[in-house]
Amino acid sequence: MSASNGNGNGNGNRNGSQTGAIRIGFYVCHCGHNIGAVVDCAAVAHYVGTLPGVVLSRDYKYMCSDPGQELIQSDIREHRLNRVVVASCSPLLHEHTFRTAVERGGLNPFYFQMVNIREHNSWVHNDRELATVKAKAQARAAVERVRYHDSLRTTRVPIQPDVLVVGGGISGIHAALTLGNAGKKVFLVEREPSIGGHMAQFDKTFPTLDCAACILTPKMSAVRAHENITLWTYSEVAKVEGYVGNYTVTIRRRPRYVIEDLCVGCLECVGKCIYKEAKFPDDFNVGLSRRKPIYIPFPQAVPQVVLIDPERCLQVKTGKCKKTCLEACADRKAIDFSQQEELVQIKVGTIILATGFKLFDAKRIPQYGYGLYPNVVTSLELERLVTSSGPTSGEIILRDGSKPRTAGFILCVGSRDTRTNRWCSRTCCMHSMKLAQLFKEHTQADVTIFYMDIRAPGKGCEEFYDKSLREGIRFVRGRVAEVTDWALAPEEEGKLVIRVEDTLAGFVRRIPVDMIVLAVGMEPQADSQAMRRLFNLSCSTEGWFLEKHPKLAPVSTFTDGIFIAGCCQGPKDIPDSIAQAGAAAAECLALIDRGYIEQEPNTAHIHEENCSGCKSCLPLCPYTAISFDETVGRARINEALCKGCGTCVASCPSGAIGQHLFEDEQIFKEIEGILA
Amino acid sequence: MKSIKRTIKYDADRVQGFGREIMGVTGCEQLPSCIQCGTCSGACPLSIYMDFSPRQVMALVRADFKREVLSSNTIWLCASCYGCTVECPRQIRITDIMYALKQRAIREGVYPKGMPIPVLAREFTRMVLSKGRITETLLVMRLFLKANWRAVLSSWRLGLGLIQTGRFVLKPERIERREELAAMLATVSVTRHAARAAKGRHHATPEQLIAEEVP
Amino acid sequence: MKYSYFPGCSLKGLGRAYEESLLPVMKHLGVELRELQDWNCCGATAYMSVDEEEACVLAARNLARAENHECLDLLTPCSACYLVLNKTQRNFREFPSVRASVERALATAKLPYQNRVKVRHPLDVLFHDVGIEAIRQKVVRPLRGLKVAPYYGCQLVRPYSTFDEAWNPVTMDRILEALGVEVLPYPLKTKCCGGSLTGTVPQVGLRLSYILLKEAVRRGADVIATICPLCQFNLDAYHSQIEKMWGPARIATVYFTQLMGLAFGLDPRTLGLRRNFVPMKPLPEAAAPSRAEKPNPATAGQTL
Repeated sequence: MSASNGNGNGNGNRNGSQTGAIRIGFYVCHCGHNIGAVVDCAAVAHYVGTLPGVVLSRDYKYMCSDPGQELIQSDIREHRLNRVVVASCSPLLHEHTFRTAVERGGLNPFYFQMVNIREHNSWVHNDRELATVKAKAQARAAVERVRYHDSLRTTRVPIQPDVLVVGGGISGIHAALTLGNAGKKVFLVEREPSIGGHMAQFDKTFPTLDCAACILTPKMSAVRAHENITLWTYSEVAKVEGYVGNYTVTIRRRPRYVIEDLCVGCLECVGKCIYKEAKFPDDFNVGLSRRKPIYIPFPQAVPQVVLIDPERCLQVKTGKCKKTCLEACADRKAIDFSQQEELVQIKVGTIILATGFKLFDAKRIPQYGYGLYPNVVTSLELERLVTSSGPTSGEIILRDGSKPRTAGFILCVGSRDTRTNRWCSRTCCMHSMKLAQLFKEHTQADVTIFYMDIRAPGKGCEEFYDKSLREGIRFVRGRVAEVTDWALAPEEEGKLVIRVEDTLAGFVRRIPVDMIVLAVGMEPQADSQAMRRLFNLSCSTEGWFLEKHPKLAPVSTFTDGIFIAGCCQGPKDIPDSIAQAGAAAAECLALIDRGYIEQEPNTAHIHEENCSGCKSCLPLCPYTAISFDETVGRARINEALCKGCGTCVASCPSGAIGQHLFEDEQIFKEIEGILA
Repeated sequence: MKSIKRTIKYDADRVQGFGREIMGVTGCEQLPSCIQCGTCSGACPLSIYMDFSPRQVMALVRADFKREVLSSNTIWLCASCYGCTVECPRQIRITDIMYALKQRAIREGVYPKGMPIPVLAREFTRMVLSKGRITETLLVMRLFLKANWRAVLSSWRLGLGLIQTGRFVLKPERIERREELAAMLATVSVTRHAARAAKGRHHATPEQLIAEEVP
Repeated sequence: MKYSYFPGCSLKGLGRAYEESLLPVMKHLGVELRELQDWNCCGATAYMSVDEEEACVLAARNLARAENHECLDLLTPCSACYLVLNKTQRNFREFPSVRASVERALATAKLPYQNRVKVRHPLDVLFHDVGIEAIRQKVVRPLRGLKVAPYYGCQLVRPYSTFDEAWNPVTMDRILEALGVEVLPYPLKTKCCGGSLTGTVPQVGLRLSYILLKEAVRRGADVIATICPLCQFNLDAYHSQIEKMWGPARIATVYFTQLMGLAFGLDPRTLGLRRNFVPMKPLPEAAAPSRAEKPNPATAGQTL
């Protein structure tokens, strides 16, 4: 404590002697009604004007406006200000604006302090009198602090131009291709054995009804063929270190027991596998078909490479198999049972997360009978049934093989429900209408959609709703209460019966159908919290990755250099996902092409006279920025490497380490100011 | 020809503040977030007999249509099975709202004519207040006498069956400390009555109500 | 195992067969029940319709008596009592205004109350405390061949499904299976029986009972097993009226404790079975009851 005080006095004196008398200019911003309606800005300005060292104090409607900034500049010149304090919004929004204004006025930009009386005050309080008292205290703290500011300079660090894209769904694919086409090297990492994501499982896309595979597979092949894209499937991010411009990422590559470069996807090995029958549930077809222990995820998979399921393969599990697959592969020798998990380290400057979503588990709403009644299916299961490449070659059939003559689609399964997921999943209305149209086309069945509200705001979507209506799809407005198999009327025997209030007709109905399709909503991935920690992101309470600003920075995150795209940020359809992916790629390009990162001068520095040479700071530095100068027996900090984390500052037993922008005397004066 | 009726509602038909009053009752706080999805009506086994479906009752309460709600048969047909409450996607405790409405309908005496359920509720309350326990067979007899004496005649077979199976209890069950119970219940009604009088409103306590004869 | 016991009014009246079978079955399993002194009516749904706070005071008097009794676990066989006691505890916990008036009322009788009582249903106690294995071991006369529709009714599992699932409760299914019966899938197991509407508006209330009965018959059940005195009464006592209105749906409805008593080899005459309007069909003839016969878990539940 005494050491800190000593330093404080010393620096304060130094500052004073360098700049002569302290002349502070103070500005309080009304921000229209945002601040002015709660805080008495004129009273704050008047009060701060009475504080020692303050030569000028003003309140102004919009400090961030051009006239507001010019006011600061002219005041600096006319009133010979050498310190400036602005009380307004969050420094996240306008610190840069005001620092620039101060610099234009002829002062070092770090002779500036910003006070947040909006997010920290007017937006969270409503008692005008108390809010004004608090604003005065906040302003006083800043005025006390700013006296001890130093003249500082920002530094520039070069940016590593390679990019990591995590997730190979449509968003990740599009981001990788955009960056690759711009000439940047991209690492695309996908957890599953093939890229393509959920879109690869779809038959057609709304509202145009064009074939999903026809528009997706060219992009998948382009990824495979692209000279600038390194594709790692069946791989996950294990570790992320570093900071914007200089990330070191460790990728875990799981063994597929097949050498990717040697396999040509001929599938000879699959035919020759010791298991004659395909007997294991096929994930791609959501369990509606079976596969062998050696398999290719789906016909258009990228890469066109088989893999071996270690849980199922006799050789991997027991080491006792005739290995007929090896014989089938013959001279190519692509199968390698000795493959091990591999950790690969890469260096990238920016990262795009496009990790997607998972579907709501329909079993969580037991009243809809999913898992109990075989002909209750999810929308994704129907999607596989309706696809010509699917398990039934595009035939919609009931579990007994017969054709359904009636079907009911239940919307908002798991969505808009405070007991499960509160949000609207945004795509299910349109997705269900698309499936209903295909259902009718394939089976001529009588199809009814049970909905709460039809949400069709996208381009061409309302028109698609109209098309559904005109094609004879029935719409019943009411949230289905239950699906049962007990019969009250003869026509209900052997059917699934939906009980629902037809809220527009105004009565309760029992509607027997052959098949029920549950429009299951979107949820954050099960491991979204682990991912959040891995990449040091924020999440909404629901688990969606949080954008930096919901309107102005929709693909940025609070960690510089990491961007998000697609459904990991929240439910969205394909066009929106692709738009975000493009935006995220552009954000990366903006950073890469500038070539450098401007760094805050918040680095640590040693007061050599106080350093005892104990070396306790050396192992603590996460950036190895501290070395030991044996000749003088003191620690030294390489400011180019220091990231300003403050660990050494806090841990130095002699109080010999200071940090620019967070000097002890600045912080103590700020505390004194707020408590005074 | 069916008679032609005018159904338009004017603003004067609303009782301003009624919705807010119900939303202020303990357990009814979630009502403002009703999205009129109809799950309650779909889940309700009795909605098919109601003049307003439970969903419509939620809408009517929110829109301050007090007279329509309190005179509906809906609140009396609610059997408190809680099917709606556990299924509501907004976790509105619909059954509790129905109770709040029943209590007001009884207090203000505006339930539909010939509806025996509020009579049962009052007879039940009266028996609990005087004996501390319910003797079902006696309660049902009283109800029949009050609401529908013809029912006594038509259910002789049921009564005979009960006698034969040894379930017809004629000796009323009662607790020992009846005064203790009465004193406890009095604390609630006295405070509430005082609070209401202070607000300048006049409502009968349940005790006063059950003292009245049913029309 | 020791529990406070709150029978409720029904078990002394229309539902006395429930108590007549519950008490010996519990005793047979080594469960000791201590009846609360001078308990009063829980208030049921009717009192709640008149005044909720008074209804809470009624229930709280019993809860407070249980708290000052020797055992905090309060066994309540009647679904209405179970619900009202739980609801009172919730109101006491969530709403300070209710808590204040309940405390004021209890103070007049010098009954302190901390809301520490745990309200338990026999299914809860049998499934979680006694255990299926202990029940299985007491079975001397497995009820093989008996097809049972398990009917839980509404108020036990809704809205306070503290020990079983609200939508598809299974605790009674498991207990019945341990007795050797065939438990049928019965999707109506938590639907409402009509409650007091069977008496007040029969054409409405009895319709609900009829649907339950008809579906049980349609699924080939021999008997409906229930856990609630009002459900048992509604499903048992109105067959002639139901038949007149919608046609026959004749099937016996008994308490699950009566089936337990039969399987345990207790004297059928002491289990209240003679109180049914629609008597249970005689059990399929099985080997003479003997304690030597240990039911094989692998075959339990199969028909002979």
